[in-house]
Amino acid sequence: MKKSILIDTSKCMACRACQVACKQWNQLPADETTFTGTYENPPRVSPVTWMRITFQEEETDQGVKWFFGNQRCMHCTEAACEIVCPVGAIHHTDAGTVDIDFNKCIGCNYCAANCPFKVISFDRKTDLPTKCTFCYDRLANGYQPACANACPTGAITFGDRGDLINRGSRKVMSLQEQGNSRATLYGLDELSGTGMLFILEDVPTHYYLPENPVVSLQARLWSLLFRPLRIFVVLAMGLGLWSNYQKSTQLKRRIIQQEHRKPGADESAG
Amino acid sequence: MTNHWIDYQHSDVMMNIGLNTAENHPVSMKWIQKAKDRGGKLICVDPRFTRTAAMSDLYVPIRPGTNLAFLNGMIQYALENDLVHHEYLINYTNAAYLVNEAYHFEDGMFSGARLMDDGIGGEKVVYDRTTWSYQSDEAGQVLSDETLEDPRCVYQLMKQHFRRYDLQTVSEIIGCPLETLQACAALFCSTGKPEKAGNIMYAMGITQFTHGAENVRAIAILQAILGNMGRPGGGVNAQRGQSNVQGSTDMAMLYHIIPGYMPVPSESLHPTLEAYHATSPGGYWANRPKFMNSLLKAFWGEHATPGNDYAYDYLPKIDKERSHIATSKYMGDGEIKGMVCWADNPAVGGPTAARKRKNSAKLDWLVSVDIFENETATFWKEPGVNPEEIDTEVFLLPAALHMERDGSISNSGRWIQWRYAAGTPPGDCHSDLWIVDRLFRAVRDAYQVDGGVFPDPILKMNWDYGEDASSARVAMEINGYDTRTGELLTSFAQLQDDGSTAAGCWIYAGYYANEEEPACQRRIRETEGVGNHPEWAYAWPINRRILYNRCSADPAGNSWNPDLPLFQWNGSGWNRYDVPDFNAALLPEESARNAFIMTGEGRARLFSNGMVEGPFPEHYEPWESPLANRVSSVQFNPCSTVWYPDDRADYASGAFPLVATTYRLSEHYQTGMMTRNMPWLVETMPELFVEISPTLAADHGLVSGDQVVVSSQRGEFQAPVCVTPRVKSFQAGGKTIEMVGILWHWGYAGLSKGPVTNDVAPSIGDANTTIPEYKAFLCQIRKVV
Amino acid sequence: MEVTRRQFLKVSGTAAAATTLYGIGFREVAHGTYRRFRLHYAHEVTTICPFCSVGCGIICHVREGQVVNTEGDPDHPINEGALCSKGSSLLNMAYVYDEKGKPVPNPSRVTQVLYRRPGGADWETVDWDWALRTIAARIKKTRDDTFITQNSQGVPVNRTPAIAWLGSAMCNNEENYLFHKMTRSLGLVNIDHCARL
Repeated sequence: MKKSILIDTSKCMACRACQVACKQWNQLPADETTFTGTYENPPRVSPVTWMRITFQEEETDQGVKWFFGNQRCMHCTEAACEIVCPVGAIHHTDAGTVDIDFNKCIGCNYCAANCPFKVISFDRKTDLPTKCTFCYDRLANGYQPACANACPTGAITFGDRGDLINRGSRKVMSLQEQGNSRATLYGLDELSGTGMLFILEDVPTHYYLPENPVVSLQARLWSLLFRPLRIFVVLAMGLGLWSNYQKSTQLKRRIIQQEHRKPGADESAG
Repeated sequence: MTNHWIDYQHSDVMMNIGLNTAENHPVSMKWIQKAKDRGGKLICVDPRFTRTAAMSDLYVPIRPGTNLAFLNGMIQYALENDLVHHEYLINYTNAAYLVNEAYHFEDGMFSGARLMDDGIGGEKVVYDRTTWSYQSDEAGQVLSDETLEDPRCVYQLMKQHFRRYDLQTVSEIIGCPLETLQACAALFCSTGKPEKAGNIMYAMGITQFTHGAENVRAIAILQAILGNMGRPGGGVNAQRGQSNVQGSTDMAMLYHIIPGYMPVPSESLHPTLEAYHATSPGGYWANRPKFMNSLLKAFWGEHATPGNDYAYDYLPKIDKERSHIATSKYMGDGEIKGMVCWADNPAVGGPTAARKRKNSAKLDWLVSVDIFENETATFWKEPGVNPEEIDTEVFLLPAALHMERDGSISNSGRWIQWRYAAGTPPGDCHSDLWIVDRLFRAVRDAYQVDGGVFPDPILKMNWDYGEDASSARVAMEINGYDTRTGELLTSFAQLQDDGSTAAGCWIYAGYYANEEEPACQRRIRETEGVGNHPEWAYAWPINRRILYNRCSADPAGNSWNPDLPLFQWNGSGWNRYDVPDFNAALLPEESARNAFIMTGEGRARLFSNGMVEGPFPEHYEPWESPLANRVSSVQFNPCSTVWYPDDRADYASGAFPLVATTYRLSEHYQTGMMTRNMPWLVETMPELFVEISPTLAADHGLVSGDQVVVSSQRGEFQAPVCVTPRVKSFQAGGKTIEMVGILWHWGYAGLSKGPVTNDVAPSIGDANTTIPEYKAFLCQIRKVV
Repeated sequence: MEVTRRQFLKVSGTAAAATTLYGIGFREVAHGTYRRFRLHYAHEVTTICPFCSVGCGIICHVREGQVVNTEGDPDHPINEGALCSKGSSLLNMAYVYDEKGKPVPNPSRVTQVLYRRPGGADWETVDWDWALRTIAARIKKTRDDTFITQNSQGVPVNRTPAIAWLGSAMCNNEENYLFHKMTRSLGLVNIDHCARL
């Protein structure tokens, strides 16, 4: 069954429970930040910040509006990252989420470079791409994603995609009936449907979402021409990538070794 | 809180005033959102556009320090347009009571005003409250007029008093456009309809003023006349700031009370136990001797006997005000030599905090108990301070985290919930229970070995909670027990004044009545009801979730809102979803006469003699204000003690032309001592900043991120500015008044450091409670170049 | 169908038993991105959030005596699993993650009894026994030096005006009750805490 997350921006109060819950569950350290003149921080997604709340304010005739966005991997159906991945490391899971298999990943950074939402961060320390995993590990164990679990107001809900589309459409219709002609359900058709569905009260750009996200022509060409021959492409990538691969393999091996020690050894401090 | 968090879902209109619930109590928005999903409306009254304002249906800007004018305006609007709930008013409030003919009000002052010595070299108004009383017949029966037409009835006096607060006047005082104010009044007063429920939530933006308690009183009056008290979705809901500030208040970590809201013995009023008992107020408080004697039995066990007045004299008797501001002054005067500061951080959180830190150096010794290094314990490490010049001995005792210890805490809705220890504290850390137990025993040992002055209260103290103190054993003592059988009590109705019962805090009776399955540990969700979840944890008093709940139904026993019955009379008894706050054995018409059982009259007091400033709330400007009081010639609360007269800025001098207000952020907590040491939260809000409007920024040539020095008569600090349209100037009193919004989470200790902004806040407090006026004072900014 | 998190969870049992990876139709991704499921072999202990006064329930997942995860308690009627940013970061008070994603004890935590002597420029580490005895001696001396048994009217007042005690809304009811009992037995009148701030 295809799963999605519905983000109702009309219910979001930017408490950032989701942003911190994501770090908590995914064991991500804090980014070093500074005050930049807004409440928004960290200023962008990073290898240790997979999702963040964005803040935009605007003076209107009806007073101030404060828009709270939710930036992270959109889990697109037509996923540019998957399309361009030369080794097939990026794939859709049975829940419809987009997943990276680090055993296959060669750290080429094409996924991050081609993401229409710019929400994949390339970790220079490990040479691996990082992004929201949809908490697939939680899903597989009967828990909902950490962000949806933490959200106080029901702005983030997790469920079957069909149900969420119904719910989101009804909400958008009711917002439109109340006179908000800008209300939309974002993610319904974008990139053949994104795993993150947004009920937006205003234009997508107020939430740092592109008006018309597309998989770039370049990415499509690349995929069309080379993907069937990707093994040769890999070989052709030359020495630079080879050393890169060596490095990531070593790192992976180390991680796997650590993780296969006694149960819990990977979690406990000291 | 008279109601509780989940009950918010039943509100038709919710007014957030002096409260930023989305940022400071984010999960409350879960229930506010549920109300909104049902069509409920949220009003946000705040000096700046907050995250709560972003969620609200109506945002009402208000100049800091003018809540009382606003609330009085709401009361006036309800009275003038006859939007009050009449049946409720006549039956459940004192609206019909006739007031003493000698009572009067003129130009900001009530009858009985006397200028008296304030005890620190100044003067203040202390009222003789004898005229603030009812008329009664020869038999002592209070006279009333249920037609509400007698000119001396409370209702008519109210109409007279509040007449001055028409919305036009209020708009000019508070600096809010008249149309917005009208929309707000119409929306909130729509809950005067019997079937509608309106909820007012407030926090420190209501209480942190020289007239803070009167703000609360105005809220209570508004809720009473609209018939919103005692009902699902209604109530006066104080959202308390800390996880257990309800419980620590119940346990009376305050100078003026002892556990269970009984007054601390005073040398002038209560020289003997008999005198203490004689001052018991009416209503249910007539039982106070039982609560008091049981407390003394819990404290001194077998040593508390009828022969020694249950060891009454072992309790200290108070001489004068000993509040936070007062204590700080006495420390500066050298009266206080030692301080124990338990998980508190006044060096950041106190008003005029720099003075507090300076006064700390006069102490011989200071004990701090905490989980991180706080600014209070490290005042000698503050940048610019030479530790060699400070002779204070300081002890910093390492405590366990909340999740490393067990015990109960009480939330704002009075739910007493149990925490279980999940991890073991690292290193030498110990639970606070362990530390206080060992500390008491160490003191007791010292008196046992060496003797000392009047050691009896210490040596005879009933104190045995095991080698490593057990929370459960303490809980059973608080809960209360029969001193003959040791059996635990299930209700405070069982308490006696003959020494046969002991209870540490009478209102907690029943929370730990069963050793195996204490009520506060229950985890059963309701399957049917109105969201009260009576079998989840335990709410004081006696598991009652909504206070004054007799008022949820009319005198005949029919629920005001048939769709949401809390209590419904079925002809022979009550169908109910809560524990009655009235005598349920009586017929509905009879219990209706005593719907507010804690007051002597059994009714809500629209006119009261309980406040020091007067029977009705009256607007005064804050101590420091840019405007003259528009409604009277009395500028600020005449009953407030002025602790430091030199601290007051003169607006006319022009040195401090801006209004400052202080507040918190969602991502940090209080003095930041915990959250500034948590990297995930530091990441989200890494630094201190102050918020100003684009117009003020333009005046000073500032853009977001520029550094400014914020100064007041009392001190200054430097911070970057956040220039935002969410902050706007106010058009009030014919002036344009600009505001500076100040956060106060930072200090010089911890992972994320910053200046202590409370250095600029004044040390003046509310006349009833001495809560400092952090929310409205004068300041100036200058650009750092 | 609307599925709450807890209903969802019940399908596959409690956290400790949540090893049934096929229960709801997902396959474990063999050698995939994901680590071993974080809650394996952990048991649940409930606590109440220490920040504001909403009183949200939090589940601490504990393995081998150590808290490895904290999240909102979905059974709790007030928060139903939700938390705010502060509540969500509760674990951070005890542990922080290093660059490799490994938990290390929060380095800011005070874990030893610290003492600063008069004029001292830094803390010294002392033991509990010494600290308790020394503090008791200080309390006793200040109390005995300043104790007032009667006022000028001869009323027994039994107080010391020279010691102040603050605290605390961060402590449990039972702890506060003992603070009150202890302070009044010593004759303290300068008692207050942040409820008045």
